[in-house]
Amino acid sequence: MGEAPKNAVEMHGITKRFGEVLANDHIDLVVRDHSIHAIIGENGAGKSTVMNILYGFYTADEGEILIDGEPRALKSPRDAIALGLGMVHQHFMLVEPLTVTENIVLGAEPIAGLAIDYKRARARVRELSEQYGLKIDPNATVGDLSVGQQQRVEILKTLYRGARILILDEPTAVLTPGEVEEMFAILRGLRAQGKTIIIITHKLAEVLALSDNITVMRDGRVAGNLPTKEATVGGLARMMVGREVLLRVDKKEAHPSGAVLTVRDLSLRGREGAAILDKMSFEVRGGEILGIAGVEGNGQTELVEILAGLRKASGGQVLLEGAPIDALDPYQRRLRGVAHIPEDRHRRGMLLPFDLAANSILGVHRNAPMSGPVLLHGHVITTRADRLVRAYDVRPPVVALPARALSGGNQQKLIVAREFDIKPRLVLVAQPTRGVDIGATEFIHRKLVELRDEGAAILLVSAELDEVRSLSDRIIVIYEGRIAGEVDPRIASEEEIGIMMTGGRPAETGPAPVPALLPDDAPLSADSR
Amino acid sequence: MKNVAKNLMFPLIAVVAAFLVGGVIVLIVGDSPLLVYELFLTSAFTGADGIGYTLFYATPFIFTGLAVAVAFKCGLLNIGAEGQLIVAAFAAAWVGLVLPGWPALLVVTLSILAAMLAGGIWAGVPGLLKARFGAHEVITTIMMNFIAAGLIGWLTHDHFRKQGDPILESLPIAEMKDGAPVGPHIPRMSAILEPLGIHFPARLPLNMAFFFALAACVIVYVFLWKTKWGYELRAVGVSPGAAQYGGISIARNIVLAMFISGMLAGMVGVNEVLGYRYRYYHDFSPGYGFSGIAVALLGRNHPAGVLLAAILFGALTRSSLFIQIFTDHVSKDWVVILQATIILFVACEAVFRGGALRLFRGSRPSVAGE
Repeated sequence: MGEAPKNAVEMHGITKRFGEVLANDHIDLVVRDHSIHAIIGENGAGKSTVMNILYGFYTADEGEILIDGEPRALKSPRDAIALGLGMVHQHFMLVEPLTVTENIVLGAEPIAGLAIDYKRARARVRELSEQYGLKIDPNATVGDLSVGQQQRVEILKTLYRGARILILDEPTAVLTPGEVEEMFAILRGLRAQGKTIIIITHKLAEVLALSDNITVMRDGRVAGNLPTKEATVGGLARMMVGREVLLRVDKKEAHPSGAVLTVRDLSLRGREGAAILDKMSFEVRGGEILGIAGVEGNGQTELVEILAGLRKASGGQVLLEGAPIDALDPYQRRLRGVAHIPEDRHRRGMLLPFDLAANSILGVHRNAPMSGPVLLHGHVITTRADRLVRAYDVRPPVVALPARALSGGNQQKLIVAREFDIKPRLVLVAQPTRGVDIGATEFIHRKLVELRDEGAAILLVSAELDEVRSLSDRIIVIYEGRIAGEVDPRIASEEEIGIMMTGGRPAETGPAPVPALLPDDAPLSADSR
Repeated sequence: MKNVAKNLMFPLIAVVAAFLVGGVIVLIVGDSPLLVYELFLTSAFTGADGIGYTLFYATPFIFTGLAVAVAFKCGLLNIGAEGQLIVAAFAAAWVGLVLPGWPALLVVTLSILAAMLAGGIWAGVPGLLKARFGAHEVITTIMMNFIAAGLIGWLTHDHFRKQGDPILESLPIAEMKDGAPVGPHIPRMSAILEPLGIHFPARLPLNMAFFFALAACVIVYVFLWKTKWGYELRAVGVSPGAAQYGGISIARNIVLAMFISGMLAGMVGVNEVLGYRYRYYHDFSPGYGFSGIAVALLGRNHPAGVLLAAILFGALTRSSLFIQIFTDHVSKDWVVILQATIILFVACEAVFRGGALRLFRGSRPSVAGE
């Protein structure tokens, strides 16, 4: 004797337009009670939009939403919260100088007379933290917590307000592999205690490991609804993109030659003398990809900026093919063959209001034939831009468009096109596929490997461990401005690297060599990990 | 083309709306708006006098409008055009005064160069302070205005005035004799058009500086959009981070932009001293430097827009006296109110844009869900 499983959330025919853009096109999805439901799709597929509609940030133009079987009008997040919905955003909304309790009650403070009853609030926070295994101290200052812990504070915020249905937007984007495991355990625990969880993500492996059901979105429509049992990585990727996708980078053995980049004792002191980089020394040889793995904030950003000429080091030396380049500015470095794909393409890599043609000459605009002694050669610039846009599949291939009209992936492809056009000897790549759709990611990875095979030296910095492991020939792990260790991506496990990323040391006897990457067609059931 | 039309539409709407508001004010004081509009159009745009004065007043607006626009293209707010044009005008007169008897063409050339240099330096100093110390140019340029007024006023009063002259003006560099100026000067429109057989009254102050202004519009356009230095300057204005990434020196371009801006503002001095009064006359500027901000705003920081906006402001200045004389109750301040209203409407463009979009369905698709 059993009840038919209820649906926590049903969305039927949800349609939403922003001006001319159809962000959601008659979306139908059903989230079962007490389940973990994943919504996956590329950037721009519309998954954040549909969840923002569910949470009341937007109102759908058409369609209806049912919560626990009842049709509901959600005009603002307040309505959503009242119905038991809670959302944890990708970018946390926490006040760092305040304590955990103060952050959690912000906006819903319990009153005792005229004062806020922090005692009651703290007790409740501790109770919730223990009940769901979140391990958060109510008196801790949020600014002192790790990113993983801050995320758990955000979850506590929703639970404090009585959330039964939690929506998590890209929950593992900022976590180390170890923290990802902890997060999975917490989410499974929440599910066991009767909560319903919706996660928005683009990480297919995690979706297969964690979720019960999957909704795949593509171009504003639902491309498929299926139970996770029936899903495979390759199948999901195909649904997300609409065609076959090569998930693992296809690359041959590397045949590195001599050192192209030599970094010696590179140091950087920040304000108050804190060491951002501490005597880093390493080499990148021609024909190899050196990956730098590490949680963001351990000095990678500054390292790449120093190598690109955007920042001065406090000590140490940088040599390009044996010659010191510390005194050279970015333009001069580019003339010597140092290409830089920046981690923040909006702040560094593009002039957003300018058109694609103008963006395509950034960094080489003083060179012939782009310009003469005074004038820019408009025709040459446009022709070259056309060529680049076509060769690197930038869409739409209209060089008169302003750069901000392009999606993230296409902007990134334009940057890659521009940088690779100098026929670089050394390529500095930071977070190359952040905010970039799967199609463009595949393309950029392929181009990097091509360049490597032509003999360039590539330094890859990425917070996506999968990307680092699949692209790199060697990996060094950075922690607090120092090299924590060097590993061979073919034999090091994710766990080993993850430990180094958080400053620990892997066990003396290394783990037995394990296939480090997921085969394309591996069907994994939800509880195999 | 569609882009040009779209860019013209909003300033046009702002101007029309401002005139309507002005019309309401005229009604309130008891006169006929139609009469005022007619006075505006006829006094500013008909006859040699009308066109002559309109374009003469437009000339300084073009220069200061361009000055503010160029600085803005580099992300800088030049509020110091007023001080820059004062020192420039004085410099132009000074050259004429310290080189008496030299060949007129040489003196005129050196005068113009002195005006540009003085204006450039007066703006370049705040530029340097910003580039080197991060000192905000709004503050430094305003302060330089005060310094300019005080310094030049003192120099004129104590050193360059005719003995016993109660007016705060310098000695003349050229004098009017029989309706034509004698001494170093730049020709008035009458002298320019005479050889072409066109009669233009010599009393009208419209002079060659107007052509300099037109040339400046072209030069600024070519510089900003067709040269590699203009590209770098605009890149710094759009995104200093990306400019730095592209190997562009932010500091150098800040100083360059301010210097060019000051040079342009300084050309007002050429119009005033070499083309009109033939002496430095303190307080000659009714706030050209500040109006330049409005002109640049209305012209959307583009030389073509600045030209049109400057002519509009010139026309308003020209017609203000007529409106005062030929109506019962409207004073020439009406023109100032109109200019202010135009600025308000242009500044509120964001609000306008929403409404106009719904009317005209020309939308900018926002990025959804990325």
